[in-house]
Amino acid sequence: MVAAAAAMAADEAGTGGLGCSVSVRCFPAPRPRSLGSRAGAERCPRRAGAGSARRPVLRDHRRGAGAAAVVEDDRDVPSCPALRGHRWARPAAVRTSVTSRYEMRYRSTTGQEEAALAAATAREADAALHLLQDTTLGSLTMYVVPETSSLLPQGINVYVGKHRSALVRAVGSLAALQARLREVTQLMSFTATSIAAALSDRVPDGQLSPDARRYLKSSLGYEITFSLLNPDPKSHTVDWDIEGAVNRYVKPVLDKLSLVANFSVDSQILYYAVLGVTPRYDKESSSFLLSAHSLPHVINPVEARLGSSAASLYPVLNFLLYVPERSHSPLYIQDKDGAPVSTNAFHSPRWGGIMVYNVEAPASPQASLPLHVDVDMARVMEVFLAQLRLLFGLSREEVPTEFLLEGPGNEGLADWELDHLLWAHTVENIATVSTTLTSLAQLLDKIGNIVIKDDVASEVYRAVASVQSAVTKLSLGHLHAAFQASKEAVTSSERAFFDPSLLHLLYFPDDQKFAIYIPLFLPMAVPILLSLAKIVRETRLRKKEPTKMD
Amino acid sequence: MAAPEAAPLAARAEAEAARGGAGDGMAALLLLLLLVAAGPGPGPGRADAERERRDALREELLLSPLPTGDVAATFQFRTRWDADLQRGSVSHYRLFPKALGRLVAALGVRELHLALTQGFWRTRYWGQPPLQAPAGAELWVWFQPTVPDVDKAWKELSNILSGIFCASLNFIDSTNTVIPTASFKPLGLANGTDHHLLRYAVLPREVVCTENLTPWKKLLPCGSKAGLAVLLKAERLFHSSYHSQAVHIRPICRDASCLAVSWELRQTLTVVFDFFSSGQGKKDWSLFKMFSRTLTDTCPLASQSKVYVDISPKNKETELLEVSPPPTSVHEAIVQGDRKTYAVYDLLSPSLFNTSRSLNVQLKWKRPQDSSEMPIPTLHAQRYVGGYGLQTGEICTLIYNTHPYRAFPVILLETVPWYLRLYVHTLTIITKGKENKPSYIHYQPAQDRRRPHLLEMLIQLPANSVTKITIQFERALLKWTEYPPDPNHGFYVGSSVLSALVPSVTAMKDVDVEQSPLFTSLFPSSDGSSYFVRLYTEPLLVNLPTPDFSMPYNVICLTCTVVAVCYGSFYNLLTRTFHVEEPSRGGLAKRLANVIRKFRGVPPL
Repeated sequence: MVAAAAAMAADEAGTGGLGCSVSVRCFPAPRPRSLGSRAGAERCPRRAGAGSARRPVLRDHRRGAGAAAVVEDDRDVPSCPALRGHRWARPAAVRTSVTSRYEMRYRSTTGQEEAALAAATAREADAALHLLQDTTLGSLTMYVVPETSSLLPQGINVYVGKHRSALVRAVGSLAALQARLREVTQLMSFTATSIAAALSDRVPDGQLSPDARRYLKSSLGYEITFSLLNPDPKSHTVDWDIEGAVNRYVKPVLDKLSLVANFSVDSQILYYAVLGVTPRYDKESSSFLLSAHSLPHVINPVEARLGSSAASLYPVLNFLLYVPERSHSPLYIQDKDGAPVSTNAFHSPRWGGIMVYNVEAPASPQASLPLHVDVDMARVMEVFLAQLRLLFGLSREEVPTEFLLEGPGNEGLADWELDHLLWAHTVENIATVSTTLTSLAQLLDKIGNIVIKDDVASEVYRAVASVQSAVTKLSLGHLHAAFQASKEAVTSSERAFFDPSLLHLLYFPDDQKFAIYIPLFLPMAVPILLSLAKIVRETRLRKKEPTKMD
Repeated sequence: MAAPEAAPLAARAEAEAARGGAGDGMAALLLLLLLVAAGPGPGPGRADAERERRDALREELLLSPLPTGDVAATFQFRTRWDADLQRGSVSHYRLFPKALGRLVAALGVRELHLALTQGFWRTRYWGQPPLQAPAGAELWVWFQPTVPDVDKAWKELSNILSGIFCASLNFIDSTNTVIPTASFKPLGLANGTDHHLLRYAVLPREVVCTENLTPWKKLLPCGSKAGLAVLLKAERLFHSSYHSQAVHIRPICRDASCLAVSWELRQTLTVVFDFFSSGQGKKDWSLFKMFSRTLTDTCPLASQSKVYVDISPKNKETELLEVSPPPTSVHEAIVQGDRKTYAVYDLLSPSLFNTSRSLNVQLKWKRPQDSSEMPIPTLHAQRYVGGYGLQTGEICTLIYNTHPYRAFPVILLETVPWYLRLYVHTLTIITKGKENKPSYIHYQPAQDRRRPHLLEMLIQLPANSVTKITIQFERALLKWTEYPPDPNHGFYVGSSVLSALVPSVTAMKDVDVEQSPLFTSLFPSSDGSSYFVRLYTEPLLVNLPTPDFSMPYNVICLTCTVVAVCYGSFYNLLTRTFHVEEPSRGGLAKRLANVIRKFRGVPPL
């Protein structure tokens, strides 16, 4: 399974999902001037007619990315767009026939929001605003703040918070602002590439970036297994407080992700489990090196020991912590350019990640063996959680420099990232159901006399109904309901497809029936064929010598 | 059916013993304690110490020369985990294998016993085994009372185990599953013995080989890389008379007060090497001769690693055999009613590997042993199929009690597939020429293609007697798709199971179960006067009337050919045009005839 090339997770690992490693840029927050808001509001092009000093709030109800191509005409933007709706549509991915439609509503800020926006920093404002929003899945709220607002630091025009809101500085013309709002909307919901990545199994090769195939396929549940590999228990007794680490770091993330799927977490320690590759000794640094091209061979021998997920059918995510044996430490992973990877970890698409944890050599060589090692779980979990985000396709994409993304905090992912995941998984589920039902239909076409039981039939009907409702709800923008319906559709269609009564081999193939009757057909065919040949020969003779007939 | 008082003493005593003699109120107390334990966790200082002793691995190898000259090697690996597998959504495994732990937690398994065996343990000649298993695959499981649908869980469990151990346990279905009422009682901690939570199945046709051994070895914390498991080399293990590997999972008492539950995984493997025939009549053996390996280091995870060699003197004579190197200590114990002496090699003691780098235990007999008298085990049994023809037959079981003066009861469990139709009215039990009436009979008749026959009886065996049990059966005709490949080989009937509390000749003293060798502790004895024995008889091979499977095709071929020939000639007749042929110059025959005529001077034709 793991023949796929392991991609380096070095860069992403640094951006971390942990509270302790968030990449928040700190900046001195200037005090907001008491009148600044009004001054800004007056310059705001979106100002509503009734002379209020409120900032206009852009509320964007994004509407569905339905599998069916639902394109609505672009309506002209009304001259006074306050409190009016605005829709725009465009194909979400050029190569997939999925189109997306956004519904935007504009309104002015309420007094409470005004107060929240008066906070010193963007982060505080975001936290205060979160309490005021209705947190519907799939909807975003963007606050347009005046150009001179000190809420956003210098040079930053867009601030994306931890929840479903963003602060956008009103710079330039109305059209430029609108373009920027669209950009932010896409960043916070889905882009053409994220939808294409969700459908990566159904898009021909070569059209996608290699990253697209990294993401885990949508499933009803996932099993996360942390394994500590100790190939040399004679020299190292390794202890890891996995229970505490799971509760502290992994649990918050999974609690948030529980909307997407069921998760189960367990861990194990494997002894005498070695990597499949002998690392190369580097004299200069007196360390051992694993080069990038040998990484694909590392996993296979280890995987035999990991044990399958016997008790469930969910895909397994493996995170391995490898403590190299004494004779091979320290061990470093090199990337393609030969530079050591700072996190000493790599991940394998759709499989999991491996981190090498070097044990410091004892000060005196006479130190008694085995050496006791306590794993620094914060360091390990930082890498594993970053890999987890990566495997779920939550890596932060390249954003323009004027964008500031708030770190996901302790929960590991922001609310809008959860939406991002739900959009992608819903589209993928719908595609999966249609593939499953199509191949089921093909199978039934192939075997004419197949028996379809009532329960199978009802599962198929249920799958079709659910997928239709998922598509409708998706096009209406009811993300949560659409996701639930698509999950039901997947469950029903899989149950129908994998029903034991629909096994192809249960039915006697037609070619074998024919083979049994060969003793009949063959001798009967001989005189027929011979006489046919004779007729042909005679007609040919007759044509050649027509005069002879007389 | 019989009164509940007749519930077998043996099994009850066995369950009682496993419970460590604790009272009935123990269960409630235990629950209370678990609730307390689920509260605030221990402080950080205690956490380390807690973790130190949360799980432990003990491994041992017992080498016992058998009376016939063969050598039996029994490996036992016990992983004990002071955690409750049943609760807690997050599970963190160290020594306990994750695959099995998840299985226990997910399917509500209270106790699991799986044995895969190749060959048959000949109790009559080899003596009482530490742990016998029937030929083929045996699986018996107790489920938790909370399991809503035991049959579904059982099906799922056998399928998963089939995947884990690469065995065809997925063929376990309702036609070979029974619910014994008396024979199999929980071996571990249990506060109820409602037999509806029990499932038992035997697959006598199962062939055990390397592919079953490899996953079994993978469950060991040290794999086969270090410790005693180094000796488990497949090509030697399967070059033997008997090979049995087993997995036993059960909850046990955490300590003597039995207030908390620990889980125990016991992996056992028994091999019998035939040295008498392969060693030119010599009974000397060594580890290297048996396994073609020697012990070089210990598994660093094991808290105990010992090799026991049975050097019990026979007939109170002077010691006839000599083991080298000298053992670390000598252990005396009473195992299954016999006083035994064991030479013990403690692999963890530093002195053992000081002198040489590897340990190769050798045993030499000082003078050729007269093998005329062989000790006969107190209880042994024999079973065969009687009768002739392909219509009816008879299953005969002979049970021997060789105890000189004590009678004891034995529970017989017989599972017969539905295609042998048992006639219960023909059941006869004869001891010493008189009919022996069983004090308890549980019979569940078979249903065609649904469930097998189950016959359980509690029979009193008088001292020094042979009891013959016969029951007649009729062979059923199967549908043609129901025959297995190679149906002329015959159909297996699984071993019948004998469970008994055998009175001991020598008095046993109470020993600390935790400290005694592992092979004594799966069936702990309740009192000093008797010990528990479970024996399996031979599996039977019964011929069923088998049709000629190629017949339909032959008939098709023959009829088709006849039809085709008829059709051909008829077609010829219909399509052929007849016309008078001008006499031509003639063929070869005519020319030959003309040549001859020319020679003879006769005018040509």
